[in-house]
Amino acid sequence: MGQAEPFAVLGPEGEVLDRRTLEGLGLEAGQLRDLYRFLVLARRADAEAVALQRQGYLAVYGPARGQEAAAVGSAYALRPDDFVFPTYREIGAVIVRGVDVAQFLMYFKGAWHGGEHDVLKHRFGLVTVPVATHIPHAVGYAVGCRLEGRDCCTLAYFGDGATSKGDFHEGLNFAGVFRAPVIFFCQNNRWAISVPLHQQTAGPIWRRAEGYGFPGVLVDGNDVLAVYAVTREAAARARHEHTPTLIEALTYRMGAHTTADDDTRYRPAEELEEWARRDPIERFRRFLEREELADPEFFEAAAAEAETFVAGVREAVIGAGPKDVTALFDLVFENPTPELLAQRREALALAEEPVPDA
Amino acid sequence: MPEVTMVQGLNAALRHCLREDPKVLVFGEDVGKLGGVFRVTDGLQAEFGPDRVFDTPLAESAIVGFGVGLALAGWRPVVEMQFDGFSYPALDQVISHVAKYRYRSRGQLRVPMVIRIPFGGGIRGVEHHSESPEVYYTHTAGLKVVVPSTPLDAFQLLLTSVREPDPVIFLEPKSRYWAKESGDLVPAGEPLGVARVRREGTHCTLVSWGGMVSRCLEAAEAAAEDGVELEVLDLRSLVPMDTEALLRSARKTGRVVVVHEAPLTSGFGGEVAARVMEGAFDHLQAPVLRVTGYDTPYPPALLEDHYLPSVDRILLAVDRVLRY
Repeated sequence: MGQAEPFAVLGPEGEVLDRRTLEGLGLEAGQLRDLYRFLVLARRADAEAVALQRQGYLAVYGPARGQEAAAVGSAYALRPDDFVFPTYREIGAVIVRGVDVAQFLMYFKGAWHGGEHDVLKHRFGLVTVPVATHIPHAVGYAVGCRLEGRDCCTLAYFGDGATSKGDFHEGLNFAGVFRAPVIFFCQNNRWAISVPLHQQTAGPIWRRAEGYGFPGVLVDGNDVLAVYAVTREAAARARHEHTPTLIEALTYRMGAHTTADDDTRYRPAEELEEWARRDPIERFRRFLEREELADPEFFEAAAAEAETFVAGVREAVIGAGPKDVTALFDLVFENPTPELLAQRREALALAEEPVPDA
Repeated sequence: MPEVTMVQGLNAALRHCLREDPKVLVFGEDVGKLGGVFRVTDGLQAEFGPDRVFDTPLAESAIVGFGVGLALAGWRPVVEMQFDGFSYPALDQVISHVAKYRYRSRGQLRVPMVIRIPFGGGIRGVEHHSESPEVYYTHTAGLKVVVPSTPLDAFQLLLTSVREPDPVIFLEPKSRYWAKESGDLVPAGEPLGVARVRREGTHCTLVSWGGMVSRCLEAAEAAAEDGVELEVLDLRSLVPMDTEALLRSARKTGRVVVVHEAPLTSGFGGEVAARVMEGAFDHLQAPVLRVTGYDTPYPPALLEDHYLPSVDRILLAVDRVLRY
């Protein structure tokens, strides 16, 4: 898959471009419908998170609208024992991995850094905000699994902006040298806050893989089946050949960078309209309709399921309170220092018996 | 008793750790076949194989970041930064991830890694080879910071650091790499955070760590000729710091001079002075003084003797606190 045109399974209207490729995916009707359900859940949960922020229940949130196919298709191609290193715009992968969405959103509530989800159960890492720094972690983790003789693979998500950072280069270089069973999944959504892709980098991202000695793939990130296909192939390469893959998924950030951002200051409205016509969920819906894989009742049920789902998320987010003050101190070290223990005693005493107003 | 250098002590500690814990991995730049530019990892790859002791590409941030990933997968990385002045590209990984992983994952994930950094001056090094970056780490919550000053201590402290469940920045004073000491390399199992009185004294306490401990001992030797008995306290680890031992000595002598290679301003000497003041104020006969590197970049080798605390500078400070 070294072509300059992004790999796609579906055309813009959801038409099957190559039936043999589709059949080669081995996805059954139920799985295809599941993919649609995940896409809808991702979009609806994303919208709910934005609403929760607007209503004051989250401090900030990074919307992922428009990127659902890239996240869902890639996460769906992994096994439960694979490990994911996410960034912060990852609600689609969160849903596919079965991570508790409200717990994930605790990062944005300011309840706890990294989110409060069960990392080990879902094998889904912490929300990571310093851009690209988790890429070497994914490489180390992948090599750690390889050294243990496990055939799991590790996937790191990041955006186009991350490819400008040193840790992107260092991480990919290490992956090539140490034969890391890892997938570098770049969601190229064309904007790093206000900086457009052409100001971020002058060359194609996927082709950089060649310089590190492993395959790079360009995929239509708004085609959930194409994303699934290339990720599944990359996972097999990782597992069986200990060969990393760099996937560049072309997608688009339909929302602002975060709820604190005003994208109208930098983004032409025409561009947004153009990408709205390439909506990943609409495209996949048309595919299901054309292929008669789903009926109107299914689509209604999927929408209803999403409503029920987000009602639970909303309730859990609103209900979550701050951690006990002991968490401030008890999580820093396994063997705390005497100074930290003294500070803990002081803070606890103050929390129990606040100094009266003067 | 056999005589060992600090390099040999460190090498023995790594060998011991690789033997006792199959999860220990040693990696960094040139640590494999070459055995490290200071030979601290000499012979380890031959004994334990290239899966456990290996060279990495020349990229400090990724060495630490890669180590984070390995630690998350259950391994115990002991990584080497080749020189203090080359450790800075990894600061982002250390500060944003190594130090915070346990905290931000609520204890679900741990990064029990050791980052070894040859540090300090006094070896006529060229630029970027003689720096004292300890406060970048002591000021980062979530890290332990350990600094041996003798060969046997280097063995014990590195062993303890590798066994430690929390991440440890292990600073190896280059000026002491070839110092010799007689004794057996037998694990003592002592926890971190225990300071050592290297010389008993009554008139004033010199507090130091790493390469400056021996300088303080020289100063104490010289002072003794004039009838002044200096106590020399080697902190051995800065985080956790043995505040009890510090205060015990401060209360005993009533006078404290802190000696370190790093620049004065915001140096760890300020922390030592503050703790003495907070905990032994009533016992102090004089203000705590600091004898340190100057607030300049580390100088060219031919000027470093003017920069590093000398016996004379230490004794001048002692004189000031004794006359106060």
